[in-house]
Amino acid sequence: MLTILFDGVAYGMLLFVLACGLSVTLGLMNFINLAHGAFAMAGGYCTVILVNRLGVPFALGVPIAFLVTALLGGLFERTLYVHVYARSHLDQVLFTIGLVFMSVAAVDYTMGSSQRFVQIPDALQGQFDVLGVGMGKYRLLIIVICGLLTVALQLTLAKTRFGSRLRAAVDDQRVARGLGINVGAVFGITFAVGSGLAGLGGALGAEILGLDPTFPLRYMIYFLIVVTVGGTSGLVGPFLASILLGIGDVAGKYYVPTLGAFVIYAIMIVVLIWRPQGLFARATAR
Amino acid sequence: MDRRAVPILETIGLEKRFGGILAAQNVNLSVKKGARHALIGPNGAGKTTVINLLTGVLKPTAGRIVLEGRDITDTAPHERVRLGMARTFQINQLFLDLTPLESIGLVVSERLGSGADWWRLVGTKSAVIDEIVEIVERFRLGDVMHERTAILPYGKQRLLEIALAFACRPRVLLLDEPAAGVPEAERHELLATIEALPAEVTVLLIEHDMDLVFSFADRISVLVNGALFVDGAPDEVARDPRVKAVYLGEELDA
Amino acid sequence: MVTMAAVTPVLAGDVAAYLKRRARWSPLEIAFWIFAFASIWLFPGKYLILKDTAILALFALSLDLILGYAGIISLGQAAFFGIAGYFAGLIAKYGIINEPIVALICAGAVAAALGFVTSFLVLRGSDLTRLMVTLGVSLMLGEIANRYANITGGADGLQGVDVAPILGRWRFDLYGHNGYVYCLIVLFVCFVIARRIVYSPFGLSLRSVKGNALRAAAIGVPVKWRLVAIYTVSAGFAGIAGALLTQTTAFCSLDVFSLERSADLLLVLIIGGTGYLYGGLIGAVIYKFLQDWISNLTPQYWQFWIGLVLVVIVLVGRERMAAWTVTVRAAVGLIGARAWSRVWPRSPARGGAAPDGR
Repeated sequence: MLTILFDGVAYGMLLFVLACGLSVTLGLMNFINLAHGAFAMAGGYCTVILVNRLGVPFALGVPIAFLVTALLGGLFERTLYVHVYARSHLDQVLFTIGLVFMSVAAVDYTMGSSQRFVQIPDALQGQFDVLGVGMGKYRLLIIVICGLLTVALQLTLAKTRFGSRLRAAVDDQRVARGLGINVGAVFGITFAVGSGLAGLGGALGAEILGLDPTFPLRYMIYFLIVVTVGGTSGLVGPFLASILLGIGDVAGKYYVPTLGAFVIYAIMIVVLIWRPQGLFARATAR
Repeated sequence: MDRRAVPILETIGLEKRFGGILAAQNVNLSVKKGARHALIGPNGAGKTTVINLLTGVLKPTAGRIVLEGRDITDTAPHERVRLGMARTFQINQLFLDLTPLESIGLVVSERLGSGADWWRLVGTKSAVIDEIVEIVERFRLGDVMHERTAILPYGKQRLLEIALAFACRPRVLLLDEPAAGVPEAERHELLATIEALPAEVTVLLIEHDMDLVFSFADRISVLVNGALFVDGAPDEVARDPRVKAVYLGEELDA
Repeated sequence: MVTMAAVTPVLAGDVAAYLKRRARWSPLEIAFWIFAFASIWLFPGKYLILKDTAILALFALSLDLILGYAGIISLGQAAFFGIAGYFAGLIAKYGIINEPIVALICAGAVAAALGFVTSFLVLRGSDLTRLMVTLGVSLMLGEIANRYANITGGADGLQGVDVAPILGRWRFDLYGHNGYVYCLIVLFVCFVIARRIVYSPFGLSLRSVKGNALRAAAIGVPVKWRLVAIYTVSAGFAGIAGALLTQTTAFCSLDVFSLERSADLLLVLIIGGTGYLYGGLIGAVIYKFLQDWISNLTPQYWQFWIGLVLVVIVLVGRERMAAWTVTVRAAVGLIGARAWSRVWPRSPARGGAAPDGR
């Protein structure tokens, strides 16, 4: 049972790293980016190419994936997304779905449609046995890395100048602009970092989540559930939501195999009935 | 018993709190049937909050609202309309893609019970048509009734704003700054229309335009910082030095 | 006393006449349906794609009812399409109901019931939660269909669906002739119902809710219940479309619940335009044409081009596209009306009503 908890936490933290960029984007610019999963996929495939084909060590491949995806995110943001900020939610949905379709088809064309695996170094294979609980080494690594990232993110948000500018812009864009904060730049950087994190998550998670061209479509709903349940007013909400969903999904699939995936949808619906703005959203609805 | 003495609309200890801010406190408003009752006060005094509480857009944190002897504190906004209370908005809230004819037709259909009718076409009931015609003529919208609301001149939009509320045939009509933003050239039409409202409709009016208030109202309530300050006949209120002080921003003596 | 400018009196007769004229079937509409039915004889051999277009058109019509008239964004119409599709397939397979039309109505009712139940969720919260809930419900149903593969056939699809002849007489043949006529008639009937709804006081109240929900409530419209009602009707229509697909193809598979299906539907409606009922129909025709054309060019990567079309449409701007389509429609309508009046002269129509009654 504790193994399941462990696996669930690993899964949840991975989800958090994947989805936090989406949460901040939505909270900051009220922009629904359904193509977020495509950046995760990009990170995964980037790592596959680097590690499998080019022989780059895993420890290097993952951070490079982060950088590449962050750059990609920044590029897309400046050239494409910026035209769609002021549009209605429906337009944003259509636009980003269009991007997803294009990315799925493009990856299918270039990389083929079969599932890809990242060659994980031998040191990370297998598991530790601690007090009778089987802890997969790879999953432990994920927990450690994601945990560190979460702490780093929270510190950045809470303690740095950039973080306070970001929080101000999320709270009230117009006032932040009036205070001289360059909201456009804040958003550009945040979007790039968020995409980069998605790429990092995709790189790390390729083993666990299964990497193939349909990844953005399969996982879009998970990210959206994290964001909806967790709210968009900070990082704590999505973090807790991710853990809840991670454990719920793993436990559900183990204990009730026939309806396993059903559990997260049920959680989502229950939460939305109870609190339409998400579990941890601010009182002022947007 | 003098029926005019029984209030048609009453609030008892009405209070609205937003976090730490008390937008309305202990408001005891009493509006007599057939009255032309004005609610005035400096900006931010809470007048629109009171209207929002009366119509159900906001839920009070304390107190009750009584309409024609019936407690409506927990009644939904659209239900209050059916019970006889309608309002206009300070900033026009119109159906920009509909024509005045369609908008008024909608209100009348709702009221006459065909609102949920999904099979019959709009305009097949002659009772509905007759009412639409009457309201369009009363509010002088005949020459613009087929135009999209979005392109109407502001004065006409303001008339339509009131026409929609009036089409609900309310017994109590709440007007939130009807003359706000109306250019000089179109004010006469608007004011004449307000003055021509039937005597049996009780009107509660929020206004800043003192000429309109003093020529129209037979009773005035002054709201300051969310609390009812002075309440009485126009000449009493006009003479009250405290009211002048509030408007001129002087500190009140203890 | 202020003197008013002289105002022309408003006549009840004029108003009544205007309202009647507004709802009248325009010449363009009549031409559309004549052409649609004529296609049965004009395009033999194309029945299969025509039938698919008719089903897609009905599906898009269902979305138009909630998106174009009530302002509800939904990514989950596939839920209703799919649940009715499987229902129709299962009752045909197990011989529970042997008459297709009765089965169709029952399947539509099942979808409508699901719509009613989920409407309360859908109406809470913001646009995003609405998207989530609608998408979540359809994906969840797909998941359930997958798990209960012993009933639904899972990834292989529902096999052995044997649909009886319509009214005992018309069998679904290989060429699709009867299937197409069936779908076209069902589409027409549903369209007429939708048209009545849209021109009724109920339809007007929906448009008011879409335009200004605050004011709608302030004039006595019970906003929530109207939205529940139209969402239920829309779900029913989507369900009928799904059941039609199952009945005419004797097959139903998991992709009826997919995100791609809901997304393609949005695209259809965006191409055709929302809020005037014909958007779904015209959009379906254009979409199918595009799909046919692009599939012949690049059979495998159709999704890429669809994605590109979506991106381009949004970048260009739906308002600009709508403005173009309105201009094109108005021009076509004018030409059509002139041609029609030469064929069938009538007293000149008074100003106010656009060709398609808007």
